[in-house]
Amino acid sequence: MDILVVLEDNRGTLHRMSKEAIAGAQQIGGSVSALAIGANADALATELFTLDLTEVITVNHELVSSYNADGYAEVVRQVIDSESPKTVIAGHSYQTRDFMPRVSAKLDIPFIPDIISIEGGYTKQVLNAKLNATVNTNVDQIILSFQSAAFSDESVVSGSCSARSFEVNLDPSLVRAESEEPFQESTGDVDLESAELIVSVGRGMEKEENVSLAFDLAKVLGAEVSASRPVVDSGWVEPFRQVGSSGHNVAPKLYFSLGISGAIQHVVGMKGSKNILAINKDPEAPIFEIADYAVVGDVLEIVPKLIEALQS
Amino acid sequence: MKIAVLVKQVPSSESMLPLSSDQTWIDEGQVSFVMNPPDSFAIEEALLLREKIGEGEVVIVSMGPERVKKTIKEGLAKGADRGIHLEEEGKIETDPLSNSKSFSSVLKEENFDLILTGLQSDDTGMGQTGVLLGELLGMSTATLAMETEVQGDSIRVKRELESGWFQWVKLPLPASISIQSGLNTPRYPSLKGIMGAKRKEIKCVSSAEHRSGAQTQFMEKVFVPQTSKQTEVIEGDADTAVARIIEILKSDIKVL
Repeated sequence: MDILVVLEDNRGTLHRMSKEAIAGAQQIGGSVSALAIGANADALATELFTLDLTEVITVNHELVSSYNADGYAEVVRQVIDSESPKTVIAGHSYQTRDFMPRVSAKLDIPFIPDIISIEGGYTKQVLNAKLNATVNTNVDQIILSFQSAAFSDESVVSGSCSARSFEVNLDPSLVRAESEEPFQESTGDVDLESAELIVSVGRGMEKEENVSLAFDLAKVLGAEVSASRPVVDSGWVEPFRQVGSSGHNVAPKLYFSLGISGAIQHVVGMKGSKNILAINKDPEAPIFEIADYAVVGDVLEIVPKLIEALQS
Repeated sequence: MKIAVLVKQVPSSESMLPLSSDQTWIDEGQVSFVMNPPDSFAIEEALLLREKIGEGEVVIVSMGPERVKKTIKEGLAKGADRGIHLEEEGKIETDPLSNSKSFSSVLKEENFDLILTGLQSDDTGMGQTGVLLGELLGMSTATLAMETEVQGDSIRVKRELESGWFQWVKLPLPASISIQSGLNTPRYPSLKGIMGAKRKEIKCVSSAEHRSGAQTQFMEKVFVPQTSKQTEVIEGDADTAVARIIEILKSDIKVL
């Protein structure tokens, strides 16, 4: 086995970043297998039967029926030990960050995280994305994680594969943490991840009152409203509207960014958008580096005029 | 309760970042350094836990050249009890696994109940040292804590998941936990704290003492990202901008 892709169960379906990780693994080349863990392992495997993979290894044991770092790290360790993949790959999700370093420590294999490109070496962003670095190792076995949208899930190569159940040997004393059921603090009926048009607000809105401008603009355009983390932390916008590494990953036809500077934690959640139109006062704002249209100006002056023009 | 906080010193977000001549990192001589901003939340959480429990010790642990003493002292001035400095000479090591082995060798005898780290460092952004160290020391681990509650010999942690989801996890101590930025409001050092910090102990451990084994992961090349994206810049007064935006929405993106 050349590559093992560790899949993530996103409440019963395959995490989008897992599919991107498969696309990345296929681009690296060689034989690619996938590993599905937990009560939904068979369902996740079924989602992959039309892809060009060697096989999907499934692990379903009562101690890892739902995610816990202790159990997952040990399962992945045992599968790597038995199958000897040269490269282990996962999406750079919060879950990967939670347990994959433990696999790295257990097996003494380096883990290069948050990779954005594999051309000319494993490239990651450093120093708040102001610079890129190519990271390499001098050992044969490595673990990699790919940043969201580093690879497109649309580029996954089709084919066929089947599932194989893998018996793990887990002792109950292994799982030390007691995990409660995941929950959402507030839920809206807003589906940002499938929205075609999104108007998103950042700190450049200056005051909570001004956020209504974004809702007005969204209404005229038929768009949903999202926000960057600082705006959510300030309580101006509900948490379920947050886009970025700790919020939603969105890829709309239009991402209309209002007063968002474009910190890397935000950008990873929206850079897959088909068109990015950004308004910001600061011509040096990092958001402009990924924008298709960079409007340098005062969002509080432009947006009211834009709403007025769109209404007439 | 004996708490270690792993703190890193990183280039300030306003600093110039000139590349080093071999282009494998930045030329640190021209860089201004600060405490890694996410780590200040970990220090604050440690100090809050000590206050809530009413006893305990908070130890600031940092690795790097002589300059990192300043960051350790900043933690001591905020109220931590003592510091441990894992000294490094020359180029910084960027391998989280070998760094964690160093931390592990120095911290093992200390028998900490809790190790807290920030979310990730603003320089290399590997985001794994706390979890690696937890595994190496046989501790339970959790990441992205939004809330912590010590309950006897365990700690209950509210973990942030993705897309607005959370999960409470109860870990037996000892545990290593990474702290999500923004969960508290880091304090500033008081004048009294700054004066008091001068008398607090900083234990130094030389590179020869803490390093074991070779680095397996390294920066090969650092470079300025090239954006492949064609960006149309729209400048001018608000009316010009509005007219062009409407045209873009109509003709280019076709959403009107």
